[in-house]
Amino acid sequence: MKPGSVAIVGAAETTEMGVIPDLSVIQLHADAALNTMKDAGLGPKDIDGVATAGESPVAIAHYLGITPTWLDGTAVGGCSFMLHVRHAAAAINEGLCRTVLITHGESGRSRVGAAGRWGSPASLQGQFEGPYGTSGPPSSFTIPVLRYMKEYGLTHEQLAMVAVVQREWAGMNPRASYRDPITVEDVLNSRMIAYPFHLLECCLVTDGGGALILTSADRAKDFPRKPVYIIGTGESSETPMVSQMEDFTTSKAFRVSGKKAFDEAGISHDDVDHLMVYDAFAHLPIYGLEDLGFCKRGEGAQFIWEGNTRPGGKLPLNTNGGGLSYMHSGMYGMYALQESVRQMRGIAPAQVPGAKISIAHGVGGMFAASGTIIMSNERP
Amino acid sequence: MAEHRKPLPHPTPETKDFWDGTKAGELRLQRCNDCTHTYFPPRPFCPECASRSVSSFKASGRGKLYSYVINHRPAPGFEHDAPYAIAVVELDEGPRMMTSMVGVEQTPEALVLDMPVAAVFEPGNEHLNVPKFRPAAGAAR
Repeated sequence: MKPGSVAIVGAAETTEMGVIPDLSVIQLHADAALNTMKDAGLGPKDIDGVATAGESPVAIAHYLGITPTWLDGTAVGGCSFMLHVRHAAAAINEGLCRTVLITHGESGRSRVGAAGRWGSPASLQGQFEGPYGTSGPPSSFTIPVLRYMKEYGLTHEQLAMVAVVQREWAGMNPRASYRDPITVEDVLNSRMIAYPFHLLECCLVTDGGGALILTSADRAKDFPRKPVYIIGTGESSETPMVSQMEDFTTSKAFRVSGKKAFDEAGISHDDVDHLMVYDAFAHLPIYGLEDLGFCKRGEGAQFIWEGNTRPGGKLPLNTNGGGLSYMHSGMYGMYALQESVRQMRGIAPAQVPGAKISIAHGVGGMFAASGTIIMSNERP
Repeated sequence: MAEHRKPLPHPTPETKDFWDGTKAGELRLQRCNDCTHTYFPPRPFCPECASRSVSSFKASGRGKLYSYVINHRPAPGFEHDAPYAIAVVELDEGPRMMTSMVGVEQTPEALVLDMPVAAVFEPGNEHLNVPKFRPAAGAAR
């Protein structure tokens, strides 16, 4: 895409966040969408493009009263919304639609109106991973890490520190699910989930939603909120089976998606003021820092350990508290995007002073797919 | 509460040869007849060069422990096994596969990365067995 040609003019999450037993999945989408339309000063008749994952975009458009001329149902896991932003930018630039609504809603905790979780035993995962007792992301997404620990000397304490730092950020966010400070010792003393991962190194399971509205940058100045320009985008995928990753110490999808976004934006790492790396588990920010090129291979954990990503550090990371402390509905990518938008609007609860460029980097499945969105509050 | 049974694979036409192999006590891999690439999981073409000319062969069944977790939240059917390792082994022929480790304590102390392992076949159903791995002679490489 042409950097800065499309902007986010509406962004909001669900009214409530965390445990929402009185809303079904589709209503979580709608609640976020209604808040976002209000944020942008638009109604359903003003929207002509719809993208979503989890639900069908047809269902969302009908439920909200939208007649779309463009639909995107790309569903590649938690980073789907990064891909929607990228696809929407292309569609707007191509004239397929003018104003795109991207929605997410998930009843991850309460499971109201939620679909089943288990895949077919005839799928490749069902045949070649399921028989070995994988029980969802906590026991599969985590499998590469012992190899990483052996290759690079990552310690249990360093892994735990990822959760500690993110809790610091969560402490500054009134909507975060968990806000009390924790120590490395607390993390290592928390219940073992899938060795080497303790409870506090795993994401939350909560309910919530979020939505975005995008339009051309030329129109964006007429909206009530400060436009947030899309200046770089990337996406890629590697494998649906974590056991088939090319290299357990690095994500190919992260590297390809990240490079694409940086190249498109034409920025260097020093230009980045704020970073979101989808943290389903504590190793994700480490892989993200390295695979996006902020750290050399094997040095991401030390970078976090030394305080570089903490409040006041040189690269504020996961400033909403992340999936580890803020919220995680299942497909968290939308919340990473929301926090990047808040930071670019200058309204985040833990605002990074003067931040001009933010990256929201997402993962889908267990290192299966990836999407990267670089935003700025200045049009390039 | 109903006792859950461990999930068993449902072979597809493209994977049937692999699962037939497990019934015969063989770990089968596939190799491209054109570019010699060896790969897993099975499919009727080479993921390296897209050739449809591929063969199945009996692999050595030997490899090394590449990575794992020890799962404390059992999947349905694994209630009596927890905590249990979910492992990935790297086969001597190159490909990696997910598996379970048997004949060894499910502890970080006993499960040492790069330890040599060998395939064993646990009874599944009338169509297939489930390939698992046990420690093999020799030190971790």
